[in-house]
Amino acid sequence: MSIIALDGVVALLGRFPALAGVDLDVGAGEIVLLQGPNGAGKSTLLRVCAGLQRIESGRALVLEHDVVSHRAAVRRSVGLLGHDTALYDDLSVEENLRFWARASRVDVDAVDGALDRLGVADRLRDVPVRHLSAGQRRRTALAAVVVRRPRLWLLDEPHAGLDQQGRDLIDGLVRQAATAGATVLLASHELDRTMGLASRHVTVAGGTITEDRTI
Amino acid sequence: MWRDVVLVAGKDLRIEWRSRVTFSQVVPFAGLVLVLFGFALDANRPVLERATSGLFWITIMFVTTLAVQRSTSIETTDGARRALLLAGVEPVAVFAGKAAAVAVQLLAVELVLVGGIVVLYGAEIDSFLLVVATCLVATVGIAAAGTLLGALVAGVRARETVLPILLLPVLAPVLIGATRAFDDALGSVAVDGWAWIGMLAGFGLINLVLGALSYGVLLEET
Repeated sequence: MSIIALDGVVALLGRFPALAGVDLDVGAGEIVLLQGPNGAGKSTLLRVCAGLQRIESGRALVLEHDVVSHRAAVRRSVGLLGHDTALYDDLSVEENLRFWARASRVDVDAVDGALDRLGVADRLRDVPVRHLSAGQRRRTALAAVVVRRPRLWLLDEPHAGLDQQGRDLIDGLVRQAATAGATVLLASHELDRTMGLASRHVTVAGGTITEDRTI
Repeated sequence: MWRDVVLVAGKDLRIEWRSRVTFSQVVPFAGLVLVLFGFALDANRPVLERATSGLFWITIMFVTTLAVQRSTSIETTDGARRALLLAGVEPVAVFAGKAAAVAVQLLAVELVLVGGIVVLYGAEIDSFLLVVATCLVATVGIAAAGTLLGALVAGVRARETVLPILLLPVLAPVLIGATRAFDDALGSVAVDGWAWIGMLAGFGLINLVLGALSYGVLLEET
């Protein structure tokens, strides 16, 4: 079964064609690395898969749901870590995660476990997010994704701002998710690290896929 | 849906409680505006007494722009709007929750300002019921219109300056209606305040319906 099936997808950012006819088929349990220069269309591709980007033409199915006609179902099934962390500065780490768990209608009790998995120390859980470092914010944002237990993980530069321990944690988390049957699509410029993590390398340039290699 | 309304409103109010923006910045600002109006008109006491209702509601209009800007920036600063969409929260629940949180903050400010006009302007309240009804009904409309326009300008680069330009004309009917109703409640002008409450209720209803219908589109597009 295809988790992601894109067929001739065209997407615009303003008037600029960010995706210019993308075809991509990703199966369950795959870890796919999206690589390419800045502005290649990697983040837009992730947003299309999350049901957050309008597509001008083509067809996009995610978890067998059409991203246009069944947008809500797509959104509920994916976990997206973008450049923004979507955390509220004046709420504590735990309050943020509890809010997003409730909003996503998932088990609030999963919050503690997710913070443990991301190595967010107990002493930080009652701290307002505004006092966290960039790396701690990133970990907290990823914990919010973990709480949702998504079937499709969409990670945009997940290692950005993290120390070595944090990067190792992310890699472990991605591997665990794939082993558990989830699919991971991650965009990264850190090729040395992510090359070994991914089972497939997709190169995006100028809004199209120029290379697609399975390792 | 109501569960999400409470969730969003509770989140916004908790953020407000933690940041203390309303109590440490907005209330002092409102008080300052009231005092400055008093300085400007104190030499002509009868004019100040007749203008008290209007000055009260003009101050609330200024406060509304601050409260709505704050409410909007909570969701736009770090991409939380997108996360709300991903979480599957109904846009109408986001609208209602955010409007409710703004309304609670405005009512708190109005409570302080009613005390302010009594103490500073020497206003005498003839009908507490009419004062309470005016504040409640007008605030629903103000919060609904403000939340809707806040979402409309969320993606605009200079939204801090665009919002008041859009919001203040839209709130003009509230300014007129609430001022007339307050005139009756304070006994400063002989008008039927309850008739103006009806107009305010209509304004609130229209903006609630508009917000419920269009907030989803604004959340997606801005």
